[in-house]
Amino acid sequence: MPKLIRDGAITEDHWLPADGDQPGPNNIPTLAQWREDAAGAVQLEPGDGVTDLLPALDSLQLVAINFPVFTDGRGFSYARELRQRGYRGEIRALGNFLRDQMTYLSRCGFNAFQSQSDSELQEALDSLDDFSVHYQGSANQPEPLFRRRA
Amino acid sequence: MYIYDEYDQKIVDERVAQFRDQTARFLAGKMTDEQFLPLRLQNGLYIQRLAPMLRIAVPYGLLNSTQLRKLAHITRDYDKGYAHISTRQNIQLNWPLLEEVPDILAELASVQMHAIQTSGNCIRNTTTDQFAGVAADELEDPRPWCEIIRQWSTLHPEFAFLPRKFKIAVCGTSEDRAAIHTHDIGVELVANAQGEVGFRVLAGGGLGRTPVIGSVICDWLEKRHLLTYLEAILRVYNQHGRRDNKYKARIKILVRAMGVDAFREAVEAEWTPIKDGPTTLTGEEIERAKSFFTAPDYAAIDGAASSEALTAQAESDPIFGNWVKRNTRPHRVPGYRAVTVSLKATGYAPGDITDRQLELVADLADQYAFGEARTTHEQNLVLADVREDELYPLWRALQGAGLATANIGYLTDMICCPGGDFCSLANAKSIPVAEAIQQRFEDLDYVYDLGPIDLNISGCMNACGHHHIGHIGVLGVDKKGEEFYQVCLGGSQAKDAAIAKILGPSFKQEDMPEVIAKILTTYLDLRQEEETFLGTYQRVGLDPFKERVYAKAD
Repeated sequence: MPKLIRDGAITEDHWLPADGDQPGPNNIPTLAQWREDAAGAVQLEPGDGVTDLLPALDSLQLVAINFPVFTDGRGFSYARELRQRGYRGEIRALGNFLRDQMTYLSRCGFNAFQSQSDSELQEALDSLDDFSVHYQGSANQPEPLFRRRA
Repeated sequence: MYIYDEYDQKIVDERVAQFRDQTARFLAGKMTDEQFLPLRLQNGLYIQRLAPMLRIAVPYGLLNSTQLRKLAHITRDYDKGYAHISTRQNIQLNWPLLEEVPDILAELASVQMHAIQTSGNCIRNTTTDQFAGVAADELEDPRPWCEIIRQWSTLHPEFAFLPRKFKIAVCGTSEDRAAIHTHDIGVELVANAQGEVGFRVLAGGGLGRTPVIGSVICDWLEKRHLLTYLEAILRVYNQHGRRDNKYKARIKILVRAMGVDAFREAVEAEWTPIKDGPTTLTGEEIERAKSFFTAPDYAAIDGAASSEALTAQAESDPIFGNWVKRNTRPHRVPGYRAVTVSLKATGYAPGDITDRQLELVADLADQYAFGEARTTHEQNLVLADVREDELYPLWRALQGAGLATANIGYLTDMICCPGGDFCSLANAKSIPVAEAIQQRFEDLDYVYDLGPIDLNISGCMNACGHHHIGHIGVLGVDKKGEEFYQVCLGGSQAKDAAIAKILGPSFKQEDMPEVIAKILTTYLDLRQEEETFLGTYQRVGLDPFKERVYAKAD
């Protein structure tokens, strides 16, 4: 079973990344597959957007967001928007994101990270705490610093 | 100016630690070039033609004397003893060692400075009018708003991997000195019909390969909504900006492709759910930001007497008088003037400043200007609050250090990017062209007779030298491995913002001074009375210039 970081701990689960052609029972549905048969899990690719998901946020438990290349930052906005619209389930980063992006991803609302390499999970976990102060509001702290400044 | 509290300090300190770790991992081979690239860029570090280049952020151009001295120390101990002021009001070092960059960042953090987001596909340093807070024509000081935007955009988790770089400028005057029309977002303080001051917001301006004047997407925005509205624009851009072609990835291309109205609607749609949310500015926060930009302790001076004395002094020493006329400008407080320190002496790269000069400016700022200086996007420095009765000793000190060339706003006060001598993106050198033009037009009386002229030089399409908005623009191009220069005319960075038009086929480097001379002679022949170069161009158009420049010798 694939390893991943979820809610700050290393764990395992049964979900596999989406397969557009021949999905097995453990593959997360692509957006197209999810549209056919609205299940509790879906995987977004860059360009998919979150509009289709907004009416179904209550019935989703897992939104996986894939990063085919780490420089494509669309997924950051997808997660932020899902959280701002009230989605409370898991948002999982998949693919080629960098460990150095995890602190940003987490603040955008990702709470699970499944990287392509399992070897550096512990270091990756440490990267989540690169910063102890942030100016902006975020998924884990909606109030920006200016509302909290002593 | 803004003073860090414990939170601001912690953020820059933690950033230094993070980058120290990233650099160590890269040097140990645990990270690829490709992975390290965006991380170092977001700390201002390029790998250039000859060495790394480090771009240090100078938020909206403000520096205090302690920071100037630290910069002098860094250029001396970590570099070759000089720094360069960029057209984003930042400061660039051309020769740092990669291994030492974390130490340089730590030195900067000790004086409340950093290099965060001075490069990379993220929100860059917010720029503004170099005369903010002292300009007589100002509706409201833009600097508190720049600081509010700085904090919001610094390490913003959602917008660090945008399709392309993103630049915001703010201005508070009727005469636009911040080039807001050619920024990804331009923010202008304006009053509505009821007299309440808010923001006019422009989007989709830019230079580069496809120069575009920004479009108004909001006529008047209530102040407290500034950040949520910016967030909505960025969210539309982050999701829909093109990522398949870096030359089509700026927001200007998106705004054009969608059309201004559809873009505005998309922004409104993103804005509605977050409007009035927690990122809405509070009255306390606005007041807190404003509290850092209050007037210094000006002396009560009899303005009329002071200006009379200055006139007398100027008459008895005409060289001083000329400098006052060219390099200082009126101040909103009687008895004070704002001084531009020229970094455009002939023989030096435009915008370069040595460690000794930085220290001198620091001392002069302490002595005559409440300890503050400003960088300008025209690549000079400004001492914004100088008493008229102290201009003379200030001028003498500047003159002794080669910082008093009386050419501000004139032909030889050129904007010029580092070009092919330093920059790995450049197609052609720009500094030698600037120097050849400066040498050709050393006769200041001739230069003054030409009146105000913006001559802007870029070494490539990326347009760091803002050639599209120069009255005369020069662009370095590569033709089969040889460096050529294209000339364009009629651009403007001010309120009447315009993109310059290309004159015709490009020229060899050695021909450039003569080409500029022909353009200037054409202007002098055609101008009516007090008409400026730009005025004449706007009246007669491109053709007369074209005919003269490309005329075959008989």
